[in-house]
Amino acid sequence: MSGPVGAPPILDLDGVSKAYGAVLATRDLHLTASPGELLTVIGPSGCGKSTLLRLVAGLERPSTGTVAIDGEVVAGPRWVPPERRRVGLVFQDHALFPHLDVARNIAFGLDRMAKAERRNRVREVLDLVRLGGLAKRYPHELSGGEQQRVALARALAPGPAVVLLDEPFSSLDETLRAQVRADTVAVLRSTGTTAVLVTHDQTEALSVGDRVVVMNHGVIEQCDSPVRVFESPATRFVASFMGDAVFLPAHVHDALLSSEIGVVSAVPGWAGCDVDVEVVLRPHEVAITPVADGIGHVVDVEYHGAFVLHTVRLRSERLVQSWQPHSVRHPVGTRVDVSVVPGVTPTLLVGNTAVTEPPS
Amino acid sequence: MTDTLAAPAEHRSPRRQRATGRRGWSWWVLLVAAVVAAPIVAVVVDGLRSTGAASLPTGLGSMVVTTLLLMAGVAAGTLVVGGGLAWLVTVGRFPGRDLFTWLLVLPLAMPAYILGFVFLSTFDEAGTVPRALRDLAGGQFWFPPVRNLPGAVLVMTMTLFPYVYLMARAAFMEQSPSTYDAARSLGASRARALRAVVLPLARPSLVAGLALVMMEVLTDFATVQYFGVETVSVGVYKQWKGSYNFDSASQLSVLVLLFAVGVLAAERLLRGRARYVHKGGRGRGLEPVPLTGARGWAAALVCLFALAVAFLLPVLRLALWAWGEARRNPDELIDPRFPDYLANSLTVALVAAVACVAVSMLVAHALRMSGSPLARAAAQVTTFGYAVPGAVVGIGVLLAFAYLDDLVRWLGVEGGTGLLVTGSVAGILYAYLIRFLAPAYVAVDASMTKVSPTMTWSALSLGSGPLRTLHRVHLPLARSGVFVAFVLVLVDAIKELPLVLLLRPFGFSTVSVWVYELAKENFWEKAALPALVIVMAAVVPVFLLFRQARLVDPHRAHERR
Repeated sequence: MSGPVGAPPILDLDGVSKAYGAVLATRDLHLTASPGELLTVIGPSGCGKSTLLRLVAGLERPSTGTVAIDGEVVAGPRWVPPERRRVGLVFQDHALFPHLDVARNIAFGLDRMAKAERRNRVREVLDLVRLGGLAKRYPHELSGGEQQRVALARALAPGPAVVLLDEPFSSLDETLRAQVRADTVAVLRSTGTTAVLVTHDQTEALSVGDRVVVMNHGVIEQCDSPVRVFESPATRFVASFMGDAVFLPAHVHDALLSSEIGVVSAVPGWAGCDVDVEVVLRPHEVAITPVADGIGHVVDVEYHGAFVLHTVRLRSERLVQSWQPHSVRHPVGTRVDVSVVPGVTPTLLVGNTAVTEPPS
Repeated sequence: MTDTLAAPAEHRSPRRQRATGRRGWSWWVLLVAAVVAAPIVAVVVDGLRSTGAASLPTGLGSMVVTTLLLMAGVAAGTLVVGGGLAWLVTVGRFPGRDLFTWLLVLPLAMPAYILGFVFLSTFDEAGTVPRALRDLAGGQFWFPPVRNLPGAVLVMTMTLFPYVYLMARAAFMEQSPSTYDAARSLGASRARALRAVVLPLARPSLVAGLALVMMEVLTDFATVQYFGVETVSVGVYKQWKGSYNFDSASQLSVLVLLFAVGVLAAERLLRGRARYVHKGGRGRGLEPVPLTGARGWAAALVCLFALAVAFLLPVLRLALWAWGEARRNPDELIDPRFPDYLANSLTVALVAAVACVAVSMLVAHALRMSGSPLARAAAQVTTFGYAVPGAVVGIGVLLAFAYLDDLVRWLGVEGGTGLLVTGSVAGILYAYLIRFLAPAYVAVDASMTKVSPTMTWSALSLGSGPLRTLHRVHLPLARSGVFVAFVLVLVDAIKELPLVLLLRPFGFSTVSVWVYELAKENFWEKAALPALVIVMAAVVPVFLLFRQARLVDPHRAHERR
């Protein structure tokens, strides 16, 4: 987070719901973004992430709740239309105006400026996205990556309080995407722009965001740093959506977590407890050692280059997976013991939610 | 950097707070729908209220029968001529085929009230052909009378067949050649494949084309009068213009409306569930078969004959008449009234075109802004006017004005608006708006759908309000549709005759009315020049239509590459 700690939020959603008829597209959203923060929003299609953007942009009215941008309430008790919200939008299809050249596309949001000032501003943002030489081109004369940068420049030109990006990279081909993404994030960072980026790509969400918002069925399941979202998922959904994970039935007794792979770890603070839980194991958290009378055997080995993914079938027929360095290969059929990589505190689930302290 | 980027925000002066959101734009669509529907609702309400009260004109039964016969005759005629020609140019490759393919649309530019008098001047008792035959045969020679129902059917068939032709051709083009090939490979003869596969698949389009033709037949009450054919629409006209009998005119127009509803119902019924014939994308179209030698020339001759009868010869005849007039009266080359009438035609047509385009754009833009289902339904209502026969629209407009009169008088204005009795140009414009909003809206809407919603949202989020978005984004991006809509309405309005006849104020005349009146008095030579002006104007949208048709023709697109 690059914004000053404790600064008032640029974006503040408070209990926002949106219903289409009887269908709830989003339910009771609470979300804030600090100045300069980059939030990524991820979830399966239909989870309400696009509705979230439309609610912030003012393209939808919330059924309940309030939206505030830069301290000003824009939806709820009062209504501010999109053109007065100071929200920049960048779309997957870039939505450049085909009848205007690059310079006039960017100048579109600057109509209240004096002419000279406007010209300077256009040049400034064009330089920012390194497209200084293309001012007179028309959108159809640009490559996909260039169009994306023009769309970003156009959104940034009027100095919006927050920029919303709706899957801005998914129309670009694979080879181009990483570069354009890095450039875009660099521009957002260098200008200190607060931004919300919707994506369906887990890696993108984790690598780009200061915080990651995981949505499902119109609800925010978790909003946290990428590390926390990945390593301490708040719900079963987040655990399985943000990466491969297996769920093993386990038991906590006297501050010790044990399951069919043996004692998993100590759980300090759980003394005097005796509860059933599930433990979330990601492949990189699982260690395997070949042992003649191991508790499982390797059933599949997938070579991924730098790493090798081993799938192990336990006595209970449950499968666990483990990443091993590329030099380690245990052939199919090898009997192995399974344990948790030292230092890892695995996530525990009771029902569908993660717990960090004993359930009362 | 952060500072420089944040700075421009201060330049955005906050604009006036908008009380309602974008939903407010729905009201515009609802208003337009109400304005369009009001006269038609007025006709229905008034017609039902006065049922039995007014005396219906005598001969109502024969009017109904005549109308039915005329519709059946023209339907059969256009189906054979339009469908046959479409089949010929789609599956046959013969000399001049590419040219004929689009030239055959030209008869659309020839209004029935013009072809009608050219036809009568040629084939009526005193016409050129019977006279020549009598001279040739030395006195007595029987020639069938043409100033009757079959004559009207013939003339209307020749002016209206392009509707069926266009729809049928589109249907044949959309069919995948594989269905036809499959039928042939299963042992079906060419004729059987046509009957069992191609025609059933093309039925919805043929029926839609026929429905358009029927609407035109119902709307006409001018051409049929040359032929002494008394349809229900003629009844409406005579009741109103002849005896100012409002009640029976409105009751008769309810009857006309019933005919129109019947046509639409029949279309639905016949189209049946076969509505979406070309599921899974458009086909490549049937592969044309080369017609060689005599068969090829015969095919070309058939096309040429249809074109000559429906367009080329009448135009030639008009040109010769106009030329003859000019030679005979070089001083009176142009009738002194002509510039006035032309100015009237152009003024009314321009105002109507601008109004229809503006209203269409407003509706399309409002839909984009509001997007409510109610507004969407209302937008559909605005296009119903095209399916309402002219007589109904005309009487409806008069009724609406009568209600307005009552309202104004009730509000205390002595004498009301005075719009009713004399008829008025405002009434003509109102009627044009109702009739021509549909083609204008369809053209504008087609362009607007190509403007992605993200474009609209981007404009809004860039600080551009709905009006500026309309002006700077929607209008420029939809300009091709706006242009097409403008031309379509302009020309339709110049051509339009029945509505002007019904609604014009005393002493107000247009080129089309002038042509009609001269032709009715058999002043054919004098009618020729203004008629030519109308035909030439009407050729313009045919070219527009052709340009669009060319773009969607897969075979041609292939050839161009």
